[in-house]
Amino acid sequence: MAQALLRAEGICKSFAGVQALKSVSLEIAPGEIHCLAGENGCGKSTLIKIISGVYQPDSGFIEFAGKKYGKIAPRDAIASGIQVIYQDFSIFPNLTVMENLAFNSELADGRKFVNRARMQKIAEEAILKIDFRVDLDRTVGTLSVAEKQMVAISRALMFNAKLIIMDEPTTALTKKEVQALFKIILRLKEQGIAILFVSHKLNEVFEISERFTIFRSGELVVTGNTADLDKKKFSYYMTGREFEDKAFVPKNVSERPVLEARNLGLRGSFEGVSFELRKGEILGITGLLDSGRTELALSLFGARAADEGELLKDGKRLRLRMPQDAIRNRIGYVPEDRLSEGLFLPRTIADNVVIAEIDRLATGIGIIRRKKRHEEIRRWVKELSIATPNPDNACSTLSGGNQQRVVLAKWLSCNPDVLVLNGPTVGVDIGSKHDIHGILQKLANDGMAIVIISDDLPEVLENCSRLMVLKAGRMVAELDPAKTDEREVLSYML
Amino acid sequence: MQKVIKKLSRRNEPYIFVVLLLLCVLIEIRSGQFFTPNNLVDILSAAVVPGIFAVGAFMVIVSGGIDVSFPALASLSAYATTSLLLESNYQGGIWLPILIAVGFGALLGAFNGLFIGHFGLPALIVTLGSSSVFKGFMQGTLNSRQFAVIPPGMKNFGLSPLFIATNPQSGLTARMPVSFLAFLAVLIVAYFLLQRTMFGRGIYAIGGNEVSAHRAGFSVRRTKFGMYVFVGMISSLAGLMRTCMMTQMHPTNMLGMEMNIIAGVVLGGTAITGGAGSLTGCMLGTVLIVVVENSMILLGVPTVWKSVFVGALIIVGTGVSAVQVARANRVHVSKKAALKEVRQ
Amino acid sequence: MNATRKPAARLRALYRRDRHVWRLSLMMVVWMAFMAITRFEKFYTLINVQTMFAQFPEFGLMALGIMVCMITGGIDLSVVGVANLTSILMAMMMKALATADGGLPVYAIPLSFALSMLMGAIAGVFNGALVSKIRIPPILATLGTSELFTGIAIVATNGKAVSKLPRVYATSINSKLFGLIPVQLIFFAAMALVIWYLLARTTYGAKIYMIGTSSTAARFSGIKTDLLLIKTYMLSGLCAALGGMIMLANYNSARADYGTVYTLQCVLIVVLGGVNPSGGSGRISGVVLAILLLQMLQTGINRFPEISSYYISLIWGGVLILIMVLNYFTENNIRLFGAKRRV
Repeated sequence: MAQALLRAEGICKSFAGVQALKSVSLEIAPGEIHCLAGENGCGKSTLIKIISGVYQPDSGFIEFAGKKYGKIAPRDAIASGIQVIYQDFSIFPNLTVMENLAFNSELADGRKFVNRARMQKIAEEAILKIDFRVDLDRTVGTLSVAEKQMVAISRALMFNAKLIIMDEPTTALTKKEVQALFKIILRLKEQGIAILFVSHKLNEVFEISERFTIFRSGELVVTGNTADLDKKKFSYYMTGREFEDKAFVPKNVSERPVLEARNLGLRGSFEGVSFELRKGEILGITGLLDSGRTELALSLFGARAADEGELLKDGKRLRLRMPQDAIRNRIGYVPEDRLSEGLFLPRTIADNVVIAEIDRLATGIGIIRRKKRHEEIRRWVKELSIATPNPDNACSTLSGGNQQRVVLAKWLSCNPDVLVLNGPTVGVDIGSKHDIHGILQKLANDGMAIVIISDDLPEVLENCSRLMVLKAGRMVAELDPAKTDEREVLSYML
Repeated sequence: MQKVIKKLSRRNEPYIFVVLLLLCVLIEIRSGQFFTPNNLVDILSAAVVPGIFAVGAFMVIVSGGIDVSFPALASLSAYATTSLLLESNYQGGIWLPILIAVGFGALLGAFNGLFIGHFGLPALIVTLGSSSVFKGFMQGTLNSRQFAVIPPGMKNFGLSPLFIATNPQSGLTARMPVSFLAFLAVLIVAYFLLQRTMFGRGIYAIGGNEVSAHRAGFSVRRTKFGMYVFVGMISSLAGLMRTCMMTQMHPTNMLGMEMNIIAGVVLGGTAITGGAGSLTGCMLGTVLIVVVENSMILLGVPTVWKSVFVGALIIVGTGVSAVQVARANRVHVSKKAALKEVRQ
Repeated sequence: MNATRKPAARLRALYRRDRHVWRLSLMMVVWMAFMAITRFEKFYTLINVQTMFAQFPEFGLMALGIMVCMITGGIDLSVVGVANLTSILMAMMMKALATADGGLPVYAIPLSFALSMLMGAIAGVFNGALVSKIRIPPILATLGTSELFTGIAIVATNGKAVSKLPRVYATSINSKLFGLIPVQLIFFAAMALVIWYLLARTTYGAKIYMIGTSSTAARFSGIKTDLLLIKTYMLSGLCAALGGMIMLANYNSARADYGTVYTLQCVLIVVLGGVNPSGGSGRISGVVLAILLLQMLQTGINRFPEISSYYISLIWGGVLILIMVLNYFTENNIRLFGAKRRV
């Protein structure tokens, strides 16, 4: 094999008793596109921080471009050619594109005074490298997520980068933007720059990477060529478990629809959406990020009131102005952004589970019935197998998958007739993903009506009994998951 | 030209300027006395101390914090300087007092800077504590009392005029104090720091996203520390100016000003969360409050109504700003959606 | 659930949860011991204790008001303004209802009391509306209303004090129940108990802790954020009005600029009591301890005539900064142990 660009050997790192990395290794060739995958907490972020000098390894060494080093400072890592693009892009939303681009190099050069002409030149050169067209005087906060990422990439290229590490770069991108990103990655590869791509999305691993490495619980599980990988092996490496994917077969569908949408519309987001939903069904709604699917979900829950059309529940017309209206009508919503919309992370698991139904656990004037509350919490922790030693621990102590279970528990405790889930398994480890799908299927067969809104096509094809495709705010297809495949669905989406 | 107008309309400062102008015109209509040389000089003279304070408060707010200790800091510095010079029977000019006061200010500012910059503790709480500490030190350890007489150098400085403005009709005169130059000097230095040095851009960067600032290579600790030292220095200068202009040392005179100063800064379009705002807007907002406070008589309103007016101004000003922000957010979201539709 | 853990681990967990309470208790014990050693006869007398307990309710009530607002992630800087305004209203009413010989009809005090509390509630609702409906940042909204309320008070009194009210009011509030317990303390204890109950045992409490943690998640959980914020600021207004009532009794007069030092002092007390200014946490036990500690410090230092009472400021500010530095060191250690793994 040709001289490796990056070689990490036997890296160990622990944080006061907790072993984050157990003698892991990684090898990347120059110009290689390498994907590092693993569930949350497997140690991939820790390794990245060690490579870029933010942390120091307890043992092991890193060899970069022929130079071997045990400990390194972030500044030296940058000087050697290692660039990290974090998930938040490390930008200043209140400053202009020009300043965002130029600051790093000005600071690296030790400049004390601002010279706009010089900074302008630096910024113009930077965006040229990836052919990024943008007005340099725009405030970065007004740019789209993809544009912000371009700014981050342009900035990363300013320092003769040989290796660019991207941490979960596609999280907030539309499918088109993901394609654009991949094109840029290929361009960078042509220029001889290696890319280390952190992701847990299987389709991305397949599409863009040449080699891959999978971590689990701080250990190296496997490393190899992507060509040798398939879906089943991927799941197995990631979780250590084998999964049988069960497609959803509705067994208990009610006669009359529990939810009916007639020509639902929200100006600027979607229009003319009509569908019927029966108990025992799982309806999938899919579309690109900007197809209006999130707005539709929000209006089914009252978080954003629809301004056209009507929504009927059990035949009765609903006026959903705020979430309380939906909850009162037994509609629950599991949001897309679990961390800021779904959970109160610093609060206890117990508090999180009961908060949506707290009024029901109290007397008329609001005094909480403590015994009832206690029982309720015990019940849901057990039913959803939330892995915690103590429900009075903070929610932030849970893994992503368990946090999602808490969100589910919160809504199930309200005993909804309809449960709308937006991106239910985003950022959830494969094991929990499988479990959550199982829970949803069981709930449907027990008589709940479920709506899954997701752009994870395998997820919707497997778990839904009906699939609706949205494009640019309009329904363009209604399909039977059993009789269609990803390519057909994609063709409607794009 | 169209681009200029569009750019102007997106910024806050033109609106505040218009409001200020309208207010002045209103007062002029009511009294015929606003745009007179003596009144304008009076207003500017009254704006010196709040203006310098506002510059310091502005910088801290832009960096993402809130400083409530600057009046106590200024009082302590000014008191210590005055009493020191009185005890040593100082007969010289103004430069030594300025040097001493600013020196004390740097020290006290460093106190703030140590805990907020180096330890990274939240600014509001630290300055709450340091405000108490400075006050307690001044009133307790230094046993502060009023001085009816201050060193002659300071007194002369306070009384000497830059020029005298005369109202041709009424014959009323107003003295533009030399300390106004101190105000201008502070403004110029602050402008230079904030716009033309990486230190100043660093303050904006930290206010925008502190973690990104650290990753970009800004020394967040050193920048914050330096900023608080600077704020301490100019606040102390303001305190000294106040003493000179009053020709008396009244140790608790300035205490309690912090909230109104912060209100002025925010009225000028500075976001309380940090990262945004301009020196121009800050000055406009401060001058707005100074005008309201000083023009009650001209409006024919008894001075007892002063607080009511200022309070109403703050509520309306921040209310309008909040409504603007909410509308901008909604427009932003729907604009994005509309744009995406077109692109498809 | 807790029974299965070793007592040492349980103690440690208890300590971590109520760290502020433990620290404050420790400081109080230290100070009480210090006073016992140096000024026993002057500090530990019944009269002295009663005086202390009669003095702190004034600002203690205002601190309670600020506390509930801070739990929601806001703040109420207008408590002093509301207190002054309501005490002025009450004083004026009683003067108006006074009989020729300086007494008061039976209904006078309860009526004035009810009206002042009503005014406090209205002021609070006004604050709450500004914060929740117009979405003005609470620090700015209550800054404005503080100025506004004080201004109204100045106009109503023409800047002068309202005094020479019927003595019966001051004497009744300044009296002691059963000859032992100061009436002021009873008011404070009653309000503190009510607030404790609201926070710990009702849905209101559960919900405002959530709002303070994340207003977005609160909205998505079906919590009526706007209504709850208005209720919270109304509660703060009521506390402030009660505090004003006690100020009126203590000074036997009302003025628009009384107690201006209390605003920042109460914020300081609340923060020292363990309430996080960003919202979402804080227990009443911590705040009550902080109030008691401040009062003991003030009274104790008064027993040392050589030491100026101004030193209280210095000690208080110093203690706050010290505690935060301590927090910084311990919290960073703890963070290194636990949460870093998930990074």
